[in-house]
Amino acid sequence: MQAFTRLDAKVAPLPVANIDTDQIIPKQFLKTVEREGLAKGLFYDLRFDGDGKPKPDFVLNRPEYKGAGVLVAGDNFGCGSSREHAPWALMDFGIRCVVSTSFADIFYNNCFQNGLLPVVLQAEEVQALMEEAKGGNHLVTVDLEAQTVVSPSGRTFTFAVDPQRKEKMLKGLDAIGETLIAAADIDVYEMKQALAKPWLEGA
Amino acid sequence: MLGKTLYDKIWDGHVVTEQDGEAILYIDLHLIHEVTTPQAFAGLRASHRPVRRPDRTLAVADHNVPTEGQALGVAAVADEEARLQLQTLERNVKDYGIEFFPMGDVRNGIVHVVGPEQGRTQPGMTIVCGDSHTSTHGAFGALAHGIGTSEVEHVLATQTLRQKKAKNFRVNIEGEPIPGVGAKDYALAVIGQIGTAGGTGYVIEYAGSAIRALSMEGRMTLCNLTIEAGARAGLVAPDETTFAYLMGRPATPKGGAWEMALPYWKGFFSDEDAVWDREIHIDAASIAPLVTWGTSPEDVLAITDRVPDPASFDTPGKRASAVQALEYMGLTAGQPITEAKVDVVFIGSCTNSRIEDLRAAAKIVEGRTVASHVRAMVVPGSGLVRAQAEDEGLDAIFLAAGFEWREPGCSMCLAMNPDKVPPGQRCASTSNRNFEGRQGRAGRTHLMSPVMAAAAAIAGRLADVRDYL
Repeated sequence: MQAFTRLDAKVAPLPVANIDTDQIIPKQFLKTVEREGLAKGLFYDLRFDGDGKPKPDFVLNRPEYKGAGVLVAGDNFGCGSSREHAPWALMDFGIRCVVSTSFADIFYNNCFQNGLLPVVLQAEEVQALMEEAKGGNHLVTVDLEAQTVVSPSGRTFTFAVDPQRKEKMLKGLDAIGETLIAAADIDVYEMKQALAKPWLEGA
Repeated sequence: MLGKTLYDKIWDGHVVTEQDGEAILYIDLHLIHEVTTPQAFAGLRASHRPVRRPDRTLAVADHNVPTEGQALGVAAVADEEARLQLQTLERNVKDYGIEFFPMGDVRNGIVHVVGPEQGRTQPGMTIVCGDSHTSTHGAFGALAHGIGTSEVEHVLATQTLRQKKAKNFRVNIEGEPIPGVGAKDYALAVIGQIGTAGGTGYVIEYAGSAIRALSMEGRMTLCNLTIEAGARAGLVAPDETTFAYLMGRPATPKGGAWEMALPYWKGFFSDEDAVWDREIHIDAASIAPLVTWGTSPEDVLAITDRVPDPASFDTPGKRASAVQALEYMGLTAGQPITEAKVDVVFIGSCTNSRIEDLRAAAKIVEGRTVASHVRAMVVPGSGLVRAQAEDEGLDAIFLAAGFEWREPGCSMCLAMNPDKVPPGQRCASTSNRNFEGRQGRAGRTHLMSPVMAAAAAIAGRLADVRDYL
């Protein structure tokens, strides 16, 4: 996983609620066996018209938001399918942080597996950030260590994050390696279960 | 000591250990398919890790497969990318010794139809799959939910998942439904009431007399749609209906082993004094046959209602969403929803492609004809469902009425295979998501039950199934 410590980047406003993972990365881009190269499908139907031409009004197509690293979006971002292609596509496009009032559960988990930071702020804070992002200056600083987002005008918003998840993301740690430290515990658990539930063995 | 919920009991029985405040939860069954696993196996190879329990892993090919010509094999799949994904899965299951039902095998089908059908899904288990509709298996009193591809790799390598516990939410549905109303309508009613984020952070247990009266197929439909309410997992406590369904399936215990398993399974229920973080009550008799009108599963209305006016919503955000949804759906505020003419009817998906769904739809269709402008299709959830339906003569009923009778797979639910709703066309669908573009770019989806979809096929527009009972 890519570590996330501090990010100074442009923030792009996407004031839409319930952005589902089908919108983030439509199904025609899921037929890949790779993690990379998904940027081309990100928000495909929002970014491109029926002929595949960029829609000039869509925020990520506007020159002032070129290279944006942070997205500020409406409620319940990432609902729907479990596809990890959604955070992969966002990352591949260069987005490293999404700010919203709430995230769907599986998407939220997937973000932490990939070094994409989902930041939950209060509704009025998201609104304020959204308004500032629409203005002339849209540079923000996201600091995971300090758990803060500093808006273009210099307002500081504090966010909560699970301490273990924060630690892993700061260091970019591999969850599998860590779990395998407990491999002996898994062995013991399996032996006990095999005795208690023999019908599940050798199925 | 306070009582425990069904969820608490399954959770407690599967915590291997805790690390940094996260539980390492043992996974009893890992279901896999072609779309969300290639990168996970690539990760295993890169780090030279084996699959810890191939015997607890079962693979199917479902999302990408065409629903005709399956006997020709994967090499004949026209879509190059889909073919590569299917071939990658074949290679991975072979390399790691995982049981696999390939495309064309009678046991193959949609992963959430196959697991229960084979008896691999059992009460008290933990079950995961790289697919959000894994919540389906909660119908057996198993803790089952979708995971991402990194977590698929984690489960392959460790047979565990790192988890934080969710909160407990009980949905009580009591009483008897009116004719024409069933599990799909219950699910849509719940989503309509609590919203698509209403269950976020919870595991939902369904309880009450209306739930007890549901068949296993109905319970699977209900638990399947739990993710559309934002909850990762849905649960129904196992009972005699569950045990009767399980008995005699290929992977369920037999003889003495069955006698051992039964008392274990019977321990999975919520104690009377269990504490619920949230609870709602719904009267089954108050639910009419439901359909969705918009582009979110919470956009629900009774078939007798009119399309809502965006001005009637309470926040500017919701009003804006409703305006956009009506435009996308090609509907006008205030028009009766039964005026909506349909072009396509899809009966299938992990939500509604089981034998009971097909029987119910066939009953409406029998002796009637699909409206001439409608393309109607039935896609059984597995080869075994298809075979059973054919034994019962259901295929003949559908074919005589003008439906297509297709081979199993996810099909038109998600448009990752040749089955798609063409741009601008309207589909009465028994699937689970009405998101923009879900069934095909610019396709318009109305979610509903199999009997309502059958009625729509006959009427050529959205219709009240009660007129066809």
